[in-house]
Amino acid sequence: MYDVLVIGAGHAGCEAATAAARRGARVGLLTFRRADAGQMSCNPSIGGVGKGHLVRELDVFDGLMGRAADRAAIHRRMLNRSKGPAVWGPRVQADRKLYRAAVGELLNDSGVELIVGEALRLVLDCGRVVGIEMSTDRLPCRSVVLSTGTFLGARMFIGEEVLKGGRRNEPAAIPLSEQIRDIGLGQGRLKTGTPPRLDGRTVDWAQLEDQPSDSEPWSMSALDDRIRLPQLRCAITRTTERTHEIIRANFDRSPLFAGAIEGRGPRYCPSIEDKVKRFAERKAHQIFLEPEGLDDPLVYPNGISTSLPREVQKQLVRSIPGLEHAEIVQPGYAVEYEFVDPRHLNQSLEVRELPGLFLCGQINGTTGYEEAAAQGLAAGLNAAAHALDLEQVRFDRRTSYIGVMIDDLTLQGVSEPYRMMTARAEHRLSLRADNAVSRLGAHALAAACVSERRRRNIEERLALRGAPAWPETEEGRADALYAPYVARQQREWEVVQRDSAVWIPATLDYASVPGLSNEMVERLQAARPETLDQASRIPGVTPAALSALYVAASRLLAA
Amino acid sequence: MDQQQTIFALSSGRPPAAISIVRISGPQAHAAGKAIARELPEARMAAVRELRHPVTGELLDDAIVLRFDAPASSTGEDAVELHCHGGRAVVDAVIAALSGIEGLRPAKPGEFTRRAFENGRIDLTEAEGLADLIEAETEAQRKAALALAEGGLRKQIAAWQERLLGLSAGAERAIDYDEDDSSIDPALPQACGELAAELREWLERPRVEPLRDGVRVVIAGPTNAGKSSLINAIVGEERVIVTDIPGTTRDHIEVPLSLSGIPVRLTDTAGLRETSDKVEAIGVERAGRLIDAADVLIWLGDTCEGFNHPRVVRVHSKCDLLDREVEPGSLPVSSLTGEGVSALLARVGEFARTVIPAEDAIALNQRQAGHVGEAAVALEDAASANDVVLLAEGLRVARTAFDRLTGRSGLEDVLDALFSRFCLGK
Repeated sequence: MYDVLVIGAGHAGCEAATAAARRGARVGLLTFRRADAGQMSCNPSIGGVGKGHLVRELDVFDGLMGRAADRAAIHRRMLNRSKGPAVWGPRVQADRKLYRAAVGELLNDSGVELIVGEALRLVLDCGRVVGIEMSTDRLPCRSVVLSTGTFLGARMFIGEEVLKGGRRNEPAAIPLSEQIRDIGLGQGRLKTGTPPRLDGRTVDWAQLEDQPSDSEPWSMSALDDRIRLPQLRCAITRTTERTHEIIRANFDRSPLFAGAIEGRGPRYCPSIEDKVKRFAERKAHQIFLEPEGLDDPLVYPNGISTSLPREVQKQLVRSIPGLEHAEIVQPGYAVEYEFVDPRHLNQSLEVRELPGLFLCGQINGTTGYEEAAAQGLAAGLNAAAHALDLEQVRFDRRTSYIGVMIDDLTLQGVSEPYRMMTARAEHRLSLRADNAVSRLGAHALAAACVSERRRRNIEERLALRGAPAWPETEEGRADALYAPYVARQQREWEVVQRDSAVWIPATLDYASVPGLSNEMVERLQAARPETLDQASRIPGVTPAALSALYVAASRLLAA
Repeated sequence: MDQQQTIFALSSGRPPAAISIVRISGPQAHAAGKAIARELPEARMAAVRELRHPVTGELLDDAIVLRFDAPASSTGEDAVELHCHGGRAVVDAVIAALSGIEGLRPAKPGEFTRRAFENGRIDLTEAEGLADLIEAETEAQRKAALALAEGGLRKQIAAWQERLLGLSAGAERAIDYDEDDSSIDPALPQACGELAAELREWLERPRVEPLRDGVRVVIAGPTNAGKSSLINAIVGEERVIVTDIPGTTRDHIEVPLSLSGIPVRLTDTAGLRETSDKVEAIGVERAGRLIDAADVLIWLGDTCEGFNHPRVVRVHSKCDLLDREVEPGSLPVSSLTGEGVSALLARVGEFARTVIPAEDAIALNQRQAGHVGEAAVALEDAASANDVVLLAEGLRVARTAFDRLTGRSGLEDVLDALFSRFCLGK
């Protein structure tokens, strides 16, 4: 019998499966097609500002993504170099095929059993998950991880055209999605966009500004087993006024933009339409032309995600310097997909109402490989904990971006695709891409989820902190730079500590707390914060309401 | 389980008064109201009712009765108000009658306002304002407290927070979205500096404490200069009303009074001279400290002995004796004849007015000023930051300071301090 079954072998699923296996669980990883594992569905890059931080943290726990990225890297750049080290974001462009191969190798070495087939339903018994029903078989298990991404009936939009299907003609798992809806895991729909893919042979590289790889050697993973590949050049170009005019003339023909969120609006802009509208004063938006592989002519123009009609896309591409004769191989499109309200999950990513079921990845409303992978790690570690009666592994927003993400998702829910940004971390100065091992090394070791090699690597790195050369290292210097600010934050921390110590009993009936509006009650009920500190982060909860909550909780506890 | 208990108390109009208001709040409030007044009017309507003892039926008073239904009441609970005739006997009888009702108990100090706070009817700054309002003795105090209690400060903080958010958005955009490795947009640090300057300006304004606790006017000088006589003369003046401020310790002569609407605490001090007597030495030392802490100093000595104080009124005492020269800048005053006392008080009043908040202005208290100060420092750091990450950090610290100001974070810190100030029945 399997301890953990993982449904879906995308970025989240692979991390979840291997993480559970590292804790000693017998893991089965379900996928429609063997070749799907490690598939990068759109942007061929890993990392960035915020995202890169996630990959480094994942790497401390022996995750796959950093190592696979290093093996498949064709271009490297540390973003935000000219700004403070806290926001340096390592970013790697990967050769798609090589990345998939790398993930495949790592999976092979992990002991995870790949099961090709379709999961039809979850098998439930007395309110717990006890197995998965497949078309051919019924597989009992102790924990299930659902990392199915966009399986819940995605649709693609190009201008006025609507194409059914998730990622390029994948069958959608209908019975399972119906069951998820029946269980009442409160779904919604989100949209995100991709840019058109260009034929690199039709791009005028000569007139464009080069962007070479960083000459300094750095890697995504702390484990030095990377294979250095010939580095490719990327190029930079920009949109022009003409581009903006074309876009403005066609605002109403973009489903991504036309369906923009009312009121506050999305805080970041997935599409070029959004950028042109919201930052109207900017004369040009930067575009990075990224080759997709060493022997692949496809180019990914990063910065012009769009869902405008095909002919408009052609016009706008041609208005960009260097792309005057560029051919579009695949038009950009918007993807609309269903997701599960992550407020149903507790901070170990387990569904509160269904012990044994863990959700991770895009299904929780996030966007991006890195976000998915980091959730996969958390879900896998805790699915193993549930199956084998081990300690849960929790991430705290004060010590990791993974913690920030999980806290945000489970307390605030999602109203737009959740993408990691350093702005989300109030402890940004302490959460750097260069100090992930220092922050999380001990935690990873305690969770007993790392290989022997990784264990040695972590111990060495931690020991370095005591060495005389420490202050001269990159991390040492950054620590010194931020030390006074971090010290000041310590004092704020203490205030938060006290508020974190006010536990909100699970039995508290929010509807009975006076002074809370209906909307606040709904949000609190959905998010079920565990402490007063968490409650203060739920959107719309006013200070006055917080005090009412504080008193109600204190009374319940005292009673 | 306090929550289940219904509380009552005399809320205002300590007898003898024209009208005394007794408040009842809690789950049993309506039942109690019916027990004493037979029938309650519609919610928020006033009606005349006979108040009778629930058991004996004895008529206690003809009163105006109001009924409030949760959550639309000042405490957020069901409530009843009995506006009785303010005679001592009436009030005692009504209170006694309520005491006998099942489920009712006398309110603790500040309990009504505490419930309002707990039920989310008012936030921290409003509660603080209420505390000030209740303690208001003078018109100026009342107005300042009212501005606070009505959410005046809350609105200002909300406006500041809005601006902070805008600046933060600008900084974060530069970090998470500007792939251009460009330098900081100079408009950002400039705006930070401007907001910091505005906060500093607020910090320069008179605090609420002199208004709330009284302007500290200290009379000092060498022995036998005539300090005590002067105090007596001042107290005897027409425009001076001696008030009673409860809770102040008076181990030195301190007279609380209202000077043309401004609350003042007039303090006598030991005569200043060199002494080997231990007890006297203590008094002299204390006098030194009082002088330092004074808002206004009335100095009865020679000019050359004068202390360096920003608000000094130099007095040439016992001017009726004509025994010495009146020094320039000194005010001739005689406690015996009353000469110059009026002019002295006018001068003191002028100084006092500079120390208290302007009418209708929102004044910060010590706690609030502390947080505003933190925000100002953080914004100044942000304005001088050479790296957008540190600028963003400064903005974040400023936002956190405001959170503590409104009580969004650090609740535990403030609650006890706040509610210890309340008196019975409010």
